[in-house]
Amino acid sequence: MDSQSIATTPQELDGAALPHAHDHPSFMRHHFENIGQQREAASFGMWVFLLTEIMFFGGLFCAYLIFRNWYHPAFVAGSNMLNITLGTTNTAVLIGSSFTMAMAVYSAEMRRQGQLILFLVLTILLGFVFLGIKGVEWTTEYQEQHVPGINFSIQEFVHPTNPKAIPLAPDMAQKTQLYFFLYFTMTGMHALHMIIGIGILFFLVARASKGAFTTGHVMPIENFGLYWHFVDIIWIFLFPLLYLISRYR
Amino acid sequence: MTEKGQGKHQDSEIHIVNPRVYLAIFITLLFMTALTTGISFIDLGVFNAVIALAIACFKASLVVLFFMHIHYSSRLLKLTVAAGLFTFMLLISLTMTDYISRAWGMF
Repeated sequence: MDSQSIATTPQELDGAALPHAHDHPSFMRHHFENIGQQREAASFGMWVFLLTEIMFFGGLFCAYLIFRNWYHPAFVAGSNMLNITLGTTNTAVLIGSSFTMAMAVYSAEMRRQGQLILFLVLTILLGFVFLGIKGVEWTTEYQEQHVPGINFSIQEFVHPTNPKAIPLAPDMAQKTQLYFFLYFTMTGMHALHMIIGIGILFFLVARASKGAFTTGHVMPIENFGLYWHFVDIIWIFLFPLLYLISRYR
Repeated sequence: MTEKGQGKHQDSEIHIVNPRVYLAIFITLLFMTALTTGISFIDLGVFNAVIALAIACFKASLVVLFFMHIHYSSRLLKLTVAAGLFTFMLLISLTMTDYISRAWGMF
C-alpha cells in the first residue's frame, strides 16, 4: 500500500481485505483506471508545461524578430561575428543527444536496464560537449569584446577587419549590443535549460541503476525525454536565426 | 496484471517506436543541418531566411512527431500541441500587427 491509498481509503487500515487486491503494478496510482490512462495524463501534464516554455522562449524570439527588422545592418554585422563551424557542430551534438535520449526511452520500454543507463549516460556526455563548445564560443566573444555591459567595443563594427563587412555608422554600431544582448539571453536561457536537464539526468541514472524504470514504469524517462527534445527544438530555431540567416555572401 | 485495463479508456494504447525509426529521423536531422548550413553560404536574398526557417520548422516537426511520439499519440495530445502552436502564432501575429501599423501614415 502506498502513502496515497492510506490517505484516501482509511478503512483499509483496520485490516479489512484490500478491495482491489493489488492486481495492478505498484507504480500505478489508485485514481487512474489503468496504466494507459495514467501515462496519458502524465504526458498531457508535461505537454502543458512545455507549452508555457514555448511562450517563455516565444517572447525572446518575438523580440529578436522585431529588433532584427528595426536594426537590420547591426544584426547582420553581429551575426557574422559568430563561429558558424562551432554552431553547426553544436547543432549536430544536440541532435545526437536527442537521438540517444529517444533510444533511452526505447530501452526503458523494452526493460533493458544496462542499455537504458548507457543511453542516459551518453545523453549526459553529449550535453556536456554542447555546453563545452558553447563555453568556448562565449569565451571567444568575451575576448573579442562582444559582451554588452561587461566587455564591449563597437570598434570591429565601425572599422571592420573583414573585407566583406560593411562599416556601420557609430549609432548603428551601438545597436549590435542589442543583437549580442539577445544572443546571450537566448543561448544563456537555453544553456540553463540544458544544465537543469543534465542535473535531472544524473538523478535518473541513479534511479535507473536501482532498476526503477525497467519494471514498466517508463513515465519519468518518457517525460524527461519530452523536456530534452523540447530543448533541442529551441536550439533548432536559435541556430538559423542567430548564425545563418544574416551571413555576408 | 491488468495492464489491458477493464476495457474502458483504451484510447491510449502504449506504442513502442521502432529504433530504426529513431535512426532514420536522426540521420534526416543531421542531413537537414548540413543542408541549412550549406545553403546559408549561397546568396538567395530574402529567401535565405525563408529557407532556413522552413528547414528549421521541418526539423522541429520531425522531432515533435517521432522523438516526442506525437505521431503515435492520442487526439488529446495532438490537440494540445496544436493549441499551443496556434496560441503562439496568434500572439506573434498580434504583436507584429501592432508594430507594423503603429506608425501608419506618419512616414
